[in-house]
Amino acid sequence: MNSSTQKMTPEMFEPVAKDTLAQEGVASKKITFWGDVWRRFRQNKGALLGVLLLVIIAVLAIVGPDINSYSYRATNYEITNQETVGDHWFGTDGLGRDIWTRTWYGAGISLLIALLATGFDLLIGVPYGCISGYYGGKVDNWMQRIIEVLYGIPNLIVIILLLLWLKPGIIAIALALGITGWITMARVVRGQMLKLKSQEYVLAARTLGASTRRMLTKHMLPNVLGPVIITVMFSIPTAIFFEAFLAFIGLGIRPPQASLGVLINDGYQVLQLFPYQLFYPALILSLIMLSFNLVGDGLRDALDPKLRQ
Amino acid sequence: MDRNNVLEVKDLHVSFHTYNGEVQAVRGVSFEEKKGETVAVVGESGCGKSVTSQSIMRLIPQPPGVFKHGEILFEGNDLTKLPEKQMEGIRGKDIAMIFQDPMTSLNPTMTIGKQIMEGLVKHRKLGRAEAKEKALEMLRLVGIPSPGSRIDQYPHQFSGGMRQRAMIAIALACAPKLLIADEPTTALDVTIQAQILDLMNDLKEKMDTSIILITHDLGVVAETADRVVVMYAGKVVETGTVEEIFNRPRHPYTWGLMGSMPRMDLSRDTELTPILGAPPNLLSPPKGCPFASRCPHAMKVCKEQMPETTDASGTQRVACWLEHPMAPSVEIPHDLVGGASK
Amino acid sequence: MSKVEPKVEKILEVEQVKKHFHVGRGQLVQAVDNVSFEVYKGETLGLVGESGCGKSTIGRTIIRLYDATDGDIRFKGKTTKDLKGKNLKQFNREMQMIFQDPYASLNPRMTVGDIIAEGLDIHELAKGKARQEKVVELLKTVGLNEEHADRFPHEFSGGQRQRIGIARALAVDPEFIIADEPISALDVSIQAQVVNLMKKLQREKGLTYLFIAHDLSMVKYISDRVGVMYLGNMVELADSQELYDNPLHPYTEALLSAVPIPDPDTEKRRERIILKGDVPSPIDPPSGCRFRTRCPKAMDICAKEVPTWQEVRPLHWVSCHLYQEESLKKEEGMK
Repeated sequence: MNSSTQKMTPEMFEPVAKDTLAQEGVASKKITFWGDVWRRFRQNKGALLGVLLLVIIAVLAIVGPDINSYSYRATNYEITNQETVGDHWFGTDGLGRDIWTRTWYGAGISLLIALLATGFDLLIGVPYGCISGYYGGKVDNWMQRIIEVLYGIPNLIVIILLLLWLKPGIIAIALALGITGWITMARVVRGQMLKLKSQEYVLAARTLGASTRRMLTKHMLPNVLGPVIITVMFSIPTAIFFEAFLAFIGLGIRPPQASLGVLINDGYQVLQLFPYQLFYPALILSLIMLSFNLVGDGLRDALDPKLRQ
Repeated sequence: MDRNNVLEVKDLHVSFHTYNGEVQAVRGVSFEEKKGETVAVVGESGCGKSVTSQSIMRLIPQPPGVFKHGEILFEGNDLTKLPEKQMEGIRGKDIAMIFQDPMTSLNPTMTIGKQIMEGLVKHRKLGRAEAKEKALEMLRLVGIPSPGSRIDQYPHQFSGGMRQRAMIAIALACAPKLLIADEPTTALDVTIQAQILDLMNDLKEKMDTSIILITHDLGVVAETADRVVVMYAGKVVETGTVEEIFNRPRHPYTWGLMGSMPRMDLSRDTELTPILGAPPNLLSPPKGCPFASRCPHAMKVCKEQMPETTDASGTQRVACWLEHPMAPSVEIPHDLVGGASK
Repeated sequence: MSKVEPKVEKILEVEQVKKHFHVGRGQLVQAVDNVSFEVYKGETLGLVGESGCGKSTIGRTIIRLYDATDGDIRFKGKTTKDLKGKNLKQFNREMQMIFQDPYASLNPRMTVGDIIAEGLDIHELAKGKARQEKVVELLKTVGLNEEHADRFPHEFSGGQRQRIGIARALAVDPEFIIADEPISALDVSIQAQVVNLMKKLQREKGLTYLFIAHDLSMVKYISDRVGVMYLGNMVELADSQELYDNPLHPYTEALLSAVPIPDPDTEKRRERIILKGDVPSPIDPPSGCRFRTRCPKAMDICAKEVPTWQEVRPLHWVSCHLYQEESLKKEEGMK
């Protein structure tokens, strides 16, 4: 390093005023926790693609069925099993119903079921995990044994029994999925609570005399939010897939209503004659699953504190 | 390259690409290591001392790490440019490393014996029986009691101090020319630290290995080092023999470090003089001296230009504008010097 | 920080306190066993020892994060064992804690202002504008400024975060602060900042500190008296200069000699005592004196009897058979 290019003058060696020294500096821009998460999420191209796809699919699921003039239940026996005629963009099925309309209608129903099921997950899983993890000891021990017993029962049996008892509809299927699905959520939340309980900021709140309610709402829940969101992101596609599976074994939504699962099942029956009837709903299902997984992965990376600077 | 030198680091620059931009972790580090010498690299967290040592071993993950500039000469080879294949032949054989946390640097699924033998079989081409004999000898050398039964145990069956001994046995098994010890005692309790430092001093004499000791603890430096490299914000601010650094430090940062440490052998009435503020962010390092914003003797020039490294004696070098003939003379805070206030 | 007179008011009395933890399979960790000491008003009592010696456990037991298994802790003359409701809240205001890890001790989702004001909110000490003013005042006390109140912890450096933790503790105007390794996660140059701040606050507010650390030189620097712990027991307690000049317990001696002094000349002259082996497990501690397995001066009696906690010189307490005449007599008898 040679800095003799610049000429040295005596005034350069005058001391600097002391008060300009060692100012308490912090990062110049204020960054909130979620701002930071978003900054990282944004850099993940896959996750952004996932969000874009989900937005498009969600919009189409809402407005798609109304774009052309057909209703999801209107039959037309003159144009059965036609591939793309007129404004039947995805063709028609064996009853002459418009597959475009039915696919988006079905996508909407599938998403709705998945969201409701995840809602049940949260409703049961989060409080269960919270109580179990926060109180610990005997309470935790008992609650974990209960979970283990429930986990041992094959969930398909529970779902089939439930659906025999309730008529298969949106609520019933969502409920059935939620009732068997909350265990994962409860375990995630419990694990986080156990970890947080020994964190020094939680201990600090205890030494300050914080009430249980304050501990939970201010210190614990905001900090389990990240893992909960990630779990949700991965349980939605699981629910969608499980709903499709139920439809496939004949426990799905009743016609003329449709879900992606029902449509795939219908398409499968005529796969060798009219493969396009399976193709469109299967494509949408795959895209939904893919996008949720992409977004979930992106969120996990963005929320992972190990990558934090 | 000087004959007597085992290692020469010349103007090393290493950066990391992160979410926030380029972190210039090491910004022009030069020092050399003579045969049989212990050089201590001291500095606070984030000063680049660990990055420097990992660069010598070429353990910097690339990406995100990048060698921007400079050379690391070991036996005439520039380690920054050596093909990975050749580097593998050097790692563990000629240059070995011990880490801060012996639990995470030992393989939990392999017995201690196997881990010592691994290098011997690979680098020294020993047979199994010979390697085992040598491994036993190493365990005895590092003071592990009943090595015969310990050799077949797993790391989790060892205590913290014993693990660090095992780690040293592994590192020294192939009789490396250079040993890099990265905070070898930081994770240990003081009484165990004393054991390990004692062992390292003992082994240095027996095996004639050169040691680079990375640490933040000036006490450990005083006890083990021959020469000291003081780093701050990715740069070397001062180097010298251990006596020079402790008795006649010349850089205000070195003064600051000494002044902010209480000395157990001195009376309690000596006030600590902390260094104000915090080290600069290496995402956008200052263009002048990185210590200028915390330096009580800062001058205008310090904020503008990085000072050159000047020779203060045959062995002591300082990068500070106070060394410049035009600079006002500043007295070394007298109570720092070699416990003068005793 | 002057020498403490024995007549000075006791603020905390710890008497024969035990804290045991169940760790499953019927195993019991005796983290703290029969520890007794007193803290005088306005002094700093340092607690040192190696990891697993129980120094943090005793701190957390005193502030009621743990319930003592046995023994009694009296704060300002009143037992803290069955504090409830209003009394417990009062206790929480009078005794506060500073934690070790500046990265884990601040809630990442709260602003610095809200973190500092937490005590004010819980105890409803200030609202609205008064709360804001108090937060600013606290920030200034610890050397930060007003603009920092609406920032989040991750924007601050380790030393700054530790000062925020101190401000949080100060918000409720405590008299007694337990500092649990407050500087061991910080860099050398930052440690002195925090220690000097703590000393300044002690002078200005008349605080009493229990300063827990493993760094002997820092403990000696900040403390009036120092207690040395080993494997759940207190082995020695004395004025800090006295402890350094005349260590009685062989463990204290070894510990002091193990600390490297940052001076190569002194280092070369020094004879050090290197202890053999490691600290035994607190699950099944050695019989008698717990230090005997590593003690260079161990005698036969050490394995048989637990040494008593005695004041062998004025204000210098030690628990070692070497300083107990009866024990020495018995030892003679054994030979």
